[in-house]
Amino acid sequence: MRLPLEWLHDYCSPGLEAGELATRLAMTGTEVDRVLHHGVGELDAFVVGRVLAAEAHPDADRLTVCRVAIGEGAETQIVCGAPNVAAGQTVAVARPGAVLPDGTKLRKARLRGVESDGMILAEDELGIGIEHAGIMVLAEDSLQAGQPLAGVLPIATPVLELEITPNRPDCLGIYGVAREVHAATAAPLAPPPWSEDPGSFDGDVPCEVVVEAGDLCPRFVARAFTGVTIAPSPPWLKARLMAAGQRPINNVVDITNYVMVLTGQPLHAFDLDAIAGARLIVRRAGDREQLVTLDGQTRVLDPAVCLIADGDGPASIAGVMGGARSEVSPGTTRVLMEAASWVGANILATSSRLGLRSEASARFEKGLAPEQALEAQAVATRLMLELCGAKLVPGTIDIGGAGADPQLVRLRDARVGGLLGVDIARSESALHLQRLGFGVTERSDGLDVAIPPHRRNDVTREADLIEEVARLHGMDDELPATLPSRRGAVGVLTREQRLRRRAEDALTAAGLHEIVGWSFEAPGRDDVLRLAPGDPRRRRVVLENPMSEDQSVMRTTLLGSLLDAAGLNAARGQGAPGLFESGAVYLAGGGPLPCEHHALGALVPGDVLAAKAHLEAVLAALRVEAAFTAAPQPFLHPGRSARVDLAHAPGAQLGWLGDVHPLVARAWDLDVVAAFEVDLGALLTHASAVPAYEDLTSYPELRQDIAVVVDTAVPAAAVLAAVRAAGGKLLGRAEVFDVYTGAQIAAGRKSLAVALAFRAPDRTLTDEDAAPVRERIVARLAEALGGELRG
Amino acid sequence: MIDRISELRAEAEAAIAGVGASAELENLRVRYLGRKAELPNLLRGVAGLAPEQRGPTGKAANEARQALEARIAERSGELEAAELDARLLSDTVDVTLPGEPARPVGRLHLLTATRREIEDVFLGLGFRIAEGPEVETVYYNFDALNHSPTHPARGRTDTFYVADDVVLRTHTSPMQVRSMEAQPPPLYVIVPGRTYRRDSDATHTPQFHQIEGLAVDEDITLADLKGTLLAFARAVFGEEREVRLRPHFFPFTEPSVEVDVSCFMAHTRERCRVCKDTGWVEILGSGMVDPNVFAHVREYGYDPERIQGFAFGLGIERIAMLKHGVPDLRLLYDNDVRFLEQFG
Ligand SMILES: [Zn+2]
Repeated sequence: MRLPLEWLHDYCSPGLEAGELATRLAMTGTEVDRVLHHGVGELDAFVVGRVLAAEAHPDADRLTVCRVAIGEGAETQIVCGAPNVAAGQTVAVARPGAVLPDGTKLRKARLRGVESDGMILAEDELGIGIEHAGIMVLAEDSLQAGQPLAGVLPIATPVLELEITPNRPDCLGIYGVAREVHAATAAPLAPPPWSEDPGSFDGDVPCEVVVEAGDLCPRFVARAFTGVTIAPSPPWLKARLMAAGQRPINNVVDITNYVMVLTGQPLHAFDLDAIAGARLIVRRAGDREQLVTLDGQTRVLDPAVCLIADGDGPASIAGVMGGARSEVSPGTTRVLMEAASWVGANILATSSRLGLRSEASARFEKGLAPEQALEAQAVATRLMLELCGAKLVPGTIDIGGAGADPQLVRLRDARVGGLLGVDIARSESALHLQRLGFGVTERSDGLDVAIPPHRRNDVTREADLIEEVARLHGMDDELPATLPSRRGAVGVLTREQRLRRRAEDALTAAGLHEIVGWSFEAPGRDDVLRLAPGDPRRRRVVLENPMSEDQSVMRTTLLGSLLDAAGLNAARGQGAPGLFESGAVYLAGGGPLPCEHHALGALVPGDVLAAKAHLEAVLAALRVEAAFTAAPQPFLHPGRSARVDLAHAPGAQLGWLGDVHPLVARAWDLDVVAAFEVDLGALLTHASAVPAYEDLTSYPELRQDIAVVVDTAVPAAAVLAAVRAAGGKLLGRAEVFDVYTGAQIAAGRKSLAVALAFRAPDRTLTDEDAAPVRERIVARLAEALGGELRG
Repeated sequence: MIDRISELRAEAEAAIAGVGASAELENLRVRYLGRKAELPNLLRGVAGLAPEQRGPTGKAANEARQALEARIAERSGELEAAELDARLLSDTVDVTLPGEPARPVGRLHLLTATRREIEDVFLGLGFRIAEGPEVETVYYNFDALNHSPTHPARGRTDTFYVADDVVLRTHTSPMQVRSMEAQPPPLYVIVPGRTYRRDSDATHTPQFHQIEGLAVDEDITLADLKGTLLAFARAVFGEEREVRLRPHFFPFTEPSVEVDVSCFMAHTRERCRVCKDTGWVEILGSGMVDPNVFAHVREYGYDPERIQGFAFGLGIERIAMLKHGVPDLRLLYDNDVRFLEQFG
């Protein structure tokens, strides 16, 4: 909402600079987006002038050389290009140094060899209209040459661009903002522009109005005018509309816009003679009923849309946009001025469904008070009479009438202080509320507050009143900064939150960078990741209204995000950095909401064992023992991939790891990369957050290595399992530390070097103690796996 | 005889003192104390002396031998130390070369690092951390948060829908009601997480991150909100910061305020890119929990006549970008390592 201060000052003039007023408004709850200057600069350079003589330019057909009186006997020569300039005219003159609305600074000039010492202005050059065909000729009666132009026309004003929150449609009009300025600054507030209504309520308006859809139209007010002369509006009105961001059209349409900007209430002017059957019907549209709106488009309607029809059918979409048929035209002489209230929710639904938003719908959708319809009608009536030479037909159509009587809300002093943390005197609360237009009656514990119509929807409860008082009392130095009593509150991370941090830190410690990927991706990614038709990861959460096809389904694995990031870095010449992500994946189904779990995944240069080393760093940090089993994943190399289970609960799958399938890597232009992903939430439930002490130092362990030769296909895990099974209680640890294949080993066989550590809790073991255990291990390896000791 | 011993001792001591290398010292040891040397021979010859000479001569020879051995050992220590020094001094490495093997440091993403930093501030202020679903019901995302049925945020132009009654949460606020359902007051909780809105330009991405805060008890005030956010602002942006509350409108708080923090940039002659020379930077929206929100959880111990509280919601991206001078939101989601390495 653009607020020209020149206009505001008609109703409330706080004597503040624009910037100061903006700050005051911002600090009391009216957000100011920008402070602008509308119109010209260097006001002293703009004066009223009188054209004393106008002669053709010697060397240019279209130019006129004028002698112009500019006050106190001074004259100046101006070369003018307008066709309508003539001696005797009173005109607007810009002298050298003047700054035009577009920022151009005027200088002395020579036009085709003739000196020109300024400019005779057209109204668009002043920013007070759109007329450019000729210069503006001022009504000459009382004007003196040399008089400052700013005293005659509003050619410059600061404008505040306000951001009105949706709960305050009352501030969508100049007078509503004036009331707010009054409350914020205590500057006096003039009576509202509708306080004197030249209209009457007795008489017959020569048009019938039937409101069939009363549930969508709380109030419909109309008045008729005859003898209307359609003409341009006077400069002052055009200037104000321009400053408010409206385009002048003609006096009647300008009046509807002017009144809308002033009161917040949109109006519509019908050409009374174009209303078929002199009858308007407010009704729901029929299914697939059509209407051509003012923008020339054919709109297909449905019964949720409220329209105004005449004898020939739909004439306008109520509260949104008129139809072309009954519009005011240059030949109009009789006008029906309509000001109606519409149900905001319905207007919003209609305008969003039709994709049609207008200045009117933007206001109606926020819910205007029925009282505003008659207020606007009063202001419009006065202007119709003053500016259009019109005569008012006695009488007012008023269907629906005013809204409900004011609600009374109790404001308890104790609640004010109790909620804000600062006591505010009852008298101060009363003052703020009265300035905002609330009625106030004192009670023993506070105030009874009567809610005025313009705040009816917004203020309904005590808390709403406390907000009004608080914002005008001030929240800066006026409000202390204290801390809550924190009764019983202890800030501590949950076990899961603490361990999740530890898991992430393990990966950064291992040199990986964390990424944050997109939760959405393209549906085609299922195929890129080679997911089989029945793969659960195809159970996508699908957005009904994505911003693009590429971001239309939610990810079911982190792998896509990791590949995206790796691909981007590779494409930018950053090689293949090790990356991980810790975040949610989403699987549709299983209830009203999808299944979300927190996953941890990484993508690293290198092979499956490089990925495994990183996963092992996480597992070690969390003290979780996992088991790895060769198993395929559609997006992994089939011979170099594994599933990850809990060591002690096989079958509870935690995730997978492996080389990324070459075809998948190729889709992102990546070389050999490996990845893992685990369900971090599940993993954390098995983490050992509070380890118990074990005595590993009182008696040293006895270390021995063995090298066992087995078939290449035998996994190291099977060898270790056999070793552990045979090792019994005395075997503390067993770890594979080397694999060898080559000349000294038979084809199809490999040698695994295993480090054994024997330990007893109550004594130091000797070689003699270990020997039988070692023999059992060797026997078991031979028996179960065909293993032979090497060397 | 004794004179000869003294003579030998003096001669040897002088030679030992004058020696410059371990190898020469060994030669001296052989010359004066070796099997064929004169002094040991003298000592062996003591038996052949007259009895009254044996004692003094033997003693002198013994003393001389012991003294020379001690001197040699002492000199040997000195020489070895000197030689080690010389060897070490000649054994140099260019310490300006990089360490080896390299131990690359990984980084948390700026959003995670910022989230943790903020979490830690509020943990210190007594808040716990709650997390909730990103795919959320319309009830928790809008209805229970007092959004009118026609509130524009519900529109399909603003919010991602998964079904008529299921959306991608547009804020972390749904966890206000979920948290209150889970625990009676007093309640102090923050809710970090991913959120979604249908917006995409230099300052909006369709996915972003928020942290919700909620404190509910019998006596939580707007002044408490101010104090809490002041503590937060000072912890994150510096101890000299002030905060400013500006009245605003949000459906689920009443009164509602936007919160500005005093600018933390060094102000020079150039226009400040952070505060545009206003001195204040907007960081979050907040307010006192609207009684209508409590009405949805009345049966969980939240009677709006008996309890009250504050709520706030801040954008992690905004805090991170302000604090670290990141100019474009989209940098956060590119995951270019040259960006990632700079933070965390
Ligand atoms: Zn600044």
